[in-house]
Amino acid sequence: MFKNLLLVGVVTLMTSIWTRFALLLALAALVSGCAQPGSGQIEGDVFDPYEANNRQTHELNRALDKVLVRPVGVGYTTIVPDDLEASIGNFASNLSLPSTIVNNLLQGNVEGAFRNSMRFVFNSTLGFGGLFDVAGDFEINEIGGDFGQTLYVWGVPEGAYIELPIVGPSTERAAVGRAVDLFTNPLSYVLPNPDKYIGTAAGVASKVGDRVRYAETVDSVLYNSADSYSQARGIYMQNRRFQLGDGDAAEEINPFDLNTEGF
Amino acid sequence: MTQVSRRKATGLIGVALAMFTVAPTQAAALDTVSAKKLVDALVGEINRVIASGKSEQAMYKDFNRIFAKYGDTSYIAAYAMGNDGRRASGAQKKKFSAEFQTYISRKYGARFREFIGGRLEVKSVRPVKSWFEVTTTAFLRGEAPFTVTFLVSNRTGRDKFFNMFIEGINLLLTERTEIGAMIDRRGGNLDKMIADLRTAK
Repeated sequence: MFKNLLLVGVVTLMTSIWTRFALLLALAALVSGCAQPGSGQIEGDVFDPYEANNRQTHELNRALDKVLVRPVGVGYTTIVPDDLEASIGNFASNLSLPSTIVNNLLQGNVEGAFRNSMRFVFNSTLGFGGLFDVAGDFEINEIGGDFGQTLYVWGVPEGAYIELPIVGPSTERAAVGRAVDLFTNPLSYVLPNPDKYIGTAAGVASKVGDRVRYAETVDSVLYNSADSYSQARGIYMQNRRFQLGDGDAAEEINPFDLNTEGF
Repeated sequence: MTQVSRRKATGLIGVALAMFTVAPTQAAALDTVSAKKLVDALVGEINRVIASGKSEQAMYKDFNRIFAKYGDTSYIAAYAMGNDGRRASGAQKKKFSAEFQTYISRKYGARFREFIGGRLEVKSVRPVKSWFEVTTTAFLRGEAPFTVTFLVSNRTGRDKFFNMFIEGINLLLTERTEIGAMIDRRGGNLDKMIADLRTAK
């Protein structure tokens, strides 16, 4: 066990060096490739020059959800008992932690990397290979980290809003981050071939389960709102910027300034 | 003890600042303690309704009452209508406010079912400009804790919440987008939008 962890550590370090390299290349491509908002664009607003294409993808995603994701999710949550479902979710999130740690380190977030490493060690051992979130019981919660966030920390602009097929709402920066994150998980270099897909499968299963868990909310956005595209875009952008710490909830118009007469 | 008095001190500074920026006719002074108290009471009432096991319809009624009691409903309605509010007649505004209130209770009441078995805990309060930001953490079963923020002001003379953020998602902004899209879909017809709000989810 210890030997394996050490191996993970070494590989983590190696991939982080390797990714930094790959990144310089990706960055160069990004800076020249990312669409930049024009001078007329208000900061903090959503930059969406590909709206027409995005709306087409949105319709595709909606159709996909209706015929596939939602029904499969309903089947999954009906068949799989709640406890097992939670364990599958824990297992998947534990396996994705090493990638998060790599990104914490790339961002210079040593505290986050430490916390996540503790989580990984606790849950992999006491939590039976990550099936139980023991660390969470001690309030050692995950400090999020993905490569899109790393790019944000490194000062890469957000780029345009894009809705990706299947994956859904994203920005150009986040999309590049997703692609790079396919390679930032050290486990994928350590685990033998069939085993490493178990994590991916568990990840997909837990995402599908989440679709039903938050059915009311997701349905309300996708099917009940007057313009589901702009609603999904707004919600994604606000949440993403909040996770990145970009923008402040306090930037609110003064409630004393609004004319509420008659309401 | 020092913690408490420090908190009180920040509250007092907040109030002092508010006095400078806000009309001096403000009735009840708002401070961190009363802002926290409001959110505590609000959260307590919501939790009680969720735990009551009442029918969905009865729950929506309760949420409607809670929203009216704790929320700055006229501000929320005015914000949601946005610029379209300027061309609305007095009757339209009044009707919209009433319909919007039941719409919100129904929409978010349905959402609260996802919170069953969970709890909200008030974490911190800080003064921002002329209002207070109350940060709470939501603990849901099998879910990493997440942040729910309430903004509280005493614009109306009483402490009321006027906005809410779930993991950064602004409730007011989301509803303004929704109402705006509804108005657009109906060719700018406010009466139609208000009538359809009755069945909107």
